Amino acid sequence: MREIRYLEALSEALREEMRRDPKVIVVGEDVRHSLRGVTKGLLDEFGPDRIYDTPISEAGFTGLATGAAMAGMRPVVEYQINALIFVAFDQLVDQAQKLRYMMGGQGRIPVTYLVPASGARRGLAGQHSDHPYPLLIHMGMKVVVPSTPRDAKGLFKAAIREDDPVVVFAPAALLPVKGPVPEEEYTIPLGQGEVKREGSDLTIVAVGPLVPEALKCAELLAAEGISAEVVDPRSLLPLDRDTILASVRKTGRVLLFDDSNRSCGYAAELAAVIAEEAWASLQAPIRRLTRADVPVPFSPPLEAYVLPSRDRLLAECRQLLAASRA
Amino acid sequence: MMRVDVRLDRDGLITLYRTMRLIRRFEERVVELVNRDEIPGVTHEYVGQEAVATGVCHALRPDDVITSTHRGHGHILAKGGDPRRMIAELMGKAAGYNRGRGGSMHIADLSLGIFGANGIVGAGAPIACGAALAAKLEKTDRVAVAFFGDGGMNQGVVHEALNLAAIWKLPVLFVCENNGYAISAPISQMAAVERLAVRAVGYGMPGESVDGMDVLAVYGATTHAVERARGGGGPTLLECRTYRFVGHFTAEKARGIKYRTDDEIAEWRTRDPLETYPAWLKQEGICDPAQVDAEVEARLEEAVAFARQSPFPAPEEALDGMYAVPYPGLPARGW
Ligand SMILES: Cc1ncc(C[n+]2csc(CCOP(=O)(O)OP(=O)(O)O)c2C)c(N)n1
Ligand SMILES: [Mg+2]
Repeated sequence: MREIRYLEALSEALREEMRRDPKVIVVGEDVRHSLRGVTKGLLDEFGPDRIYDTPISEAGFTGLATGAAMAGMRPVVEYQINALIFVAFDQLVDQAQKLRYMMGGQGRIPVTYLVPASGARRGLAGQHSDHPYPLLIHMGMKVVVPSTPRDAKGLFKAAIREDDPVVVFAPAALLPVKGPVPEEEYTIPLGQGEVKREGSDLTIVAVGPLVPEALKCAELLAAEGISAEVVDPRSLLPLDRDTILASVRKTGRVLLFDDSNRSCGYAAELAAVIAEEAWASLQAPIRRLTRADVPVPFSPPLEAYVLPSRDRLLAECRQLLAASRA
Repeated sequence: MMRVDVRLDRDGLITLYRTMRLIRRFEERVVELVNRDEIPGVTHEYVGQEAVATGVCHALRPDDVITSTHRGHGHILAKGGDPRRMIAELMGKAAGYNRGRGGSMHIADLSLGIFGANGIVGAGAPIACGAALAAKLEKTDRVAVAFFGDGGMNQGVVHEALNLAAIWKLPVLFVCENNGYAISAPISQMAAVERLAVRAVGYGMPGESVDGMDVLAVYGATTHAVERARGGGGPTLLECRTYRFVGHFTAEKARGIKYRTDDEIAEWRTRDPLETYPAWLKQEGICDPAQVDAEVEARLEEAVAFARQSPFPAPEEALDGMYAVPYPGLPARGW
């Protein structure tokens, strides 16, 4: 199969959906010149009525997308940096996400929000390094965090076709990564996780940019005779509980590996689900490896200290096995 | 060419040049250090806009407050920031202004009234209003200055701040540095008015556009606005028309996006305040700019050496300082 970069996969997805559905329009900052690279070439192909450079007005253009969607369009909103979610927060969670329900189930709000530079990337510091998906999930927003180019394309396309607001987080660290992507048309439905590597001794549930790290860790553990299974939820809401629970029931040990804050973070939600549903299968306490609850510091040694890493994951996995019931 | 409607003595005139030169050379050193991989992250250079920060801050007192932007090095230097601690911060070193926590977009020195650069466009404007409210409540005649760009001028929170300042007659100066672009977006396509200062009318405050390439014009306009604010006359919106000679951020070239013509850049470069102003100083017999240049060079040389020899902070320090009032277990570690 051909290999393309994650960023190119996103770009292909958007182009294909714009060709398929004339109602798809793109709104965001510097999207015509494609600073982030996802929207490259769209202005030439689709013209200025389908792709809008906005002023720096995130609350404004987020709300604009909601209204356009309610009136029949299918907007894709690009946020130049992850923190812009915070600037747009009311329009996202209090408007776009709530309106359909509050109107008694009337209408549809098919907006896709793309965050094409999510998370930390050496030195972006506290206001540019977040993965704010737990906040959105908490408020009921559908969220996907693809970890491979193939998943990125399939999930982005599915998100655009979904008749509800969906946020697509594209981790900054993964954008240049290459991987196999089918040439033929496909989508990946929301709500389907994937076992990225099979194993029998313990389960690592890894999110987004940490999936490749978990896979490398599993390889290293294999050399020590430990068989780790790596599960990638891909779609964080809706969540494929079955795939995660089946894996935990099989291995009896689980480590949650997530790069969002610890308190009320995504790993906390996964831990609760597993504790409620798979308690009887657990041979060791559930463990979480997350980001610390501080703004990501700028200086490289500080940054490395607060983010979840492969080295720490290795240590955690070994401890998990050591702490197991006989 | 030079508009001098507020008097400055010889020292003042030389200080303006020294500050502009310091900013320009600081930014040039920063680019070198970024390219040598000694500075991580993203830096936005202030090259071309030096007359704005310099003219504005020269009209301020040490106890006045500024809020800055992602393109903040110039504001901070002009407000008296120490280049040694700035470069140390840019390198992520322990001796940096923020102990390595912040980097380029977050340098702050509260003792100098520098309430921080900011990574979020427009976010500093209401913070400046708050500092101004405090100045008023404490019955001082301090003022606050909010710097933001033409891009920031379109952010909702900036408009909210303008209105707050106007209705409460806060001693704030809103300095909009109109350099024509927000990254690739030309202001001509992002605003339906040509002079952004006209927006002041809608809020009921004075608005003025000045030539942001003319340090004396900026200084003069700021002095008037600051006097008004100190005297209880309320806020002003000052639009400084300027240009950045370089990319939006250091690595822009590598992205291969092009949104300005070479002719446009060359045209603005003919008005470079670091050419025109020292030429004027020399011509008027005020000073020999070369002497100032040598001083600045020595200062920066020392600053870079200082930053280089400073150690990185210890990793465990990353969890310190989050709260003024600590509790056990806060903040949570990730493991
Ligand atoms: C709220 C917000 N939106 C977008 C960005 C990304 N961004 C950083 S700088 C910038 C352009 C700012 O333009 P302007 O205010 O004119 O300042 P200039 O860069 O020209 O100095 C953008 C869009 C951001 N940091 N914050
Ligand atoms: Mg600008």
